[in-house]
Amino acid sequence: MLNVTSPHAHDGLSTADVMKLVLVATVPGFVALTWNFGWGTAINIVLAVATALACESAAVALRKRPVMFYLKDYSAAVTAVLLGLALPPLAPWWITVVGTAFGIIVAKHLYGGLGFNPFNPAMVGYVVLLISFPVQMTAWPAPYLIMPEGITPPGLWESLQIVFPLLAGGDAIDAYTAATPLDVFKHNTGLLAEQLYGAEPVFAAGELAGVSWEWVNLGFLAGGCFLLYRGVFTWHAPVSMLVALALMAAIFYDGGSSTSKGSPLLHLLSGATMLGAFFIVTDPVTSASSNRGRVIYGALIGVLTFIIRSWGSYPDAVAFAVLLMNFAAPLIDNYTLPRTYGREKSRRATEKQE
Amino acid sequence: MSTYREITHNGLWKNNAALVQLLGLCPLLAVTGSVVNAMGLGLATLLVLTASNIVVSLVRNQVSEAIKIPAFVMVIATFTTTTELLMKAYTYELYLILGIFIPLIVTNCAILGRAEAFASKNSLVLSAWDGFTHGLGFGVVLVLVGAIREILGSGTLFANMHLLFGPAAETWTIDIFGEGYSFLIAILPPGAFLVCGLLIAIKNMIDGEIEKRQSARKVIIKGAKRVRTTGKIS
Repeated sequence: MLNVTSPHAHDGLSTADVMKLVLVATVPGFVALTWNFGWGTAINIVLAVATALACESAAVALRKRPVMFYLKDYSAAVTAVLLGLALPPLAPWWITVVGTAFGIIVAKHLYGGLGFNPFNPAMVGYVVLLISFPVQMTAWPAPYLIMPEGITPPGLWESLQIVFPLLAGGDAIDAYTAATPLDVFKHNTGLLAEQLYGAEPVFAAGELAGVSWEWVNLGFLAGGCFLLYRGVFTWHAPVSMLVALALMAAIFYDGGSSTSKGSPLLHLLSGATMLGAFFIVTDPVTSASSNRGRVIYGALIGVLTFIIRSWGSYPDAVAFAVLLMNFAAPLIDNYTLPRTYGREKSRRATEKQE
Repeated sequence: MSTYREITHNGLWKNNAALVQLLGLCPLLAVTGSVVNAMGLGLATLLVLTASNIVVSLVRNQVSEAIKIPAFVMVIATFTTTTELLMKAYTYELYLILGIFIPLIVTNCAILGRAEAFASKNSLVLSAWDGFTHGLGFGVVLVLVGAIREILGSGTLFANMHLLFGPAAETWTIDIFGEGYSFLIAILPPGAFLVCGLLIAIKNMIDGEIEKRQSARKVIIKGAKRVRTTGKIS
């Protein structure tokens, strides 16, 4: 019998291992999206991954670095998958291609590649698209469960026809779109929250916070918990973001009047909340690096998300909040340097060492 | 003659106000959504820069050190107002589009910079030429950024040129990507930063290439050479 004693050292997780775990963790959310909204997300992801790998290899080759080495760390694939999940299903193909290419080339490689990018590439791609093509980016298909009567949801071939108009024959996406729960609250004119929940099919058919959307978010929550369990990231940033968002929503809920901004549950389980909290906010490159810093970073993202959702001009705001806080991450790091072992208190990063 | 060549080289390339000194970025980034806007502002800046350089060089011996800067600003403000009135008279629609950025030419550091650094120390003709080349260098970059942003953002080139060149220019519009194309981010402020940054990068790349060629051409003479312990060895 082999008698192994401590230290039980192992080689830890490599970048590629972490990225593969993240990819695995997106599966529940992806399944929920596909179950509720059809083939669009799958097509998005395939397109995005193909574009990302092409752009990554081109950029790495241009920078005279070994191509396969960088492709094998899966970071481009993760960026692409996250963007593919965030984009509206059935968006035209060029939306996905432009967004992914922008994210990989401009937001990642112009800054020096993985580890040097100050902004989350997937979110940069998303925001560029949202600002440039608001019409295509806000056309979410209706969930299958509340598809208007007489309209059959598009199958795989029809979905492909919508995404690639060149294949011809597909209906315009307009036939399938419906307002998302956050849209409904944004454009609420004078209905009490309770009436809204009764009148709008997206709420009436749902259990917690809007049909389908709750399941998508719960899916991403499950994936996030898996990553937490595997120790890919610490709880600090995601939990503080969710708590801050829920707190803000609770403060401004005002019992569901006609000017209500939506209940905490609505904010937690709609839009990109869970995808953002567990897959975007936890990005080790663009977030704050100490635990205390991550609490501040996550909480401010939660607060900003609520503020922009409620008083900004776009229905969802996770991407904007994340990018704004990416700016602030170095500043947060400066003030939250952990105490070095053997010292009374921590010092600032800019302080001179004696 | 070599002075003139040097000034030209300085203004258009080596010391380009927009790409090297990074002066006057505010108008550069704000109004270059299309070629016509960029060209309008470029011409206005060119006019103000040349004229103010001429006047500053004329009064350079009469203005004492203490009130130099306010005096130069007054000169620049005068010409800016003149330009503004000219634009109001001849290109009113373009003036409305450029709006606040025409009066803001006063605060363009590139202009005060030339007055202070060159015109206050040099003769009339040299100063005029310096102002002209620097204005041209700035204007060319403006038009370049404007062209790239217009192509990327709205898919056209030379749209609305009649605002500047009269009705004859109405047919100059080149539609590149067809109807309905638009990529808003190129027209919005982020596009200006991106395009401007790319142009700076391209300029640095060309400079690096030129330097490499020159150093390759340089023959190193082996053999007896004085040993230097200070300064740069060339």
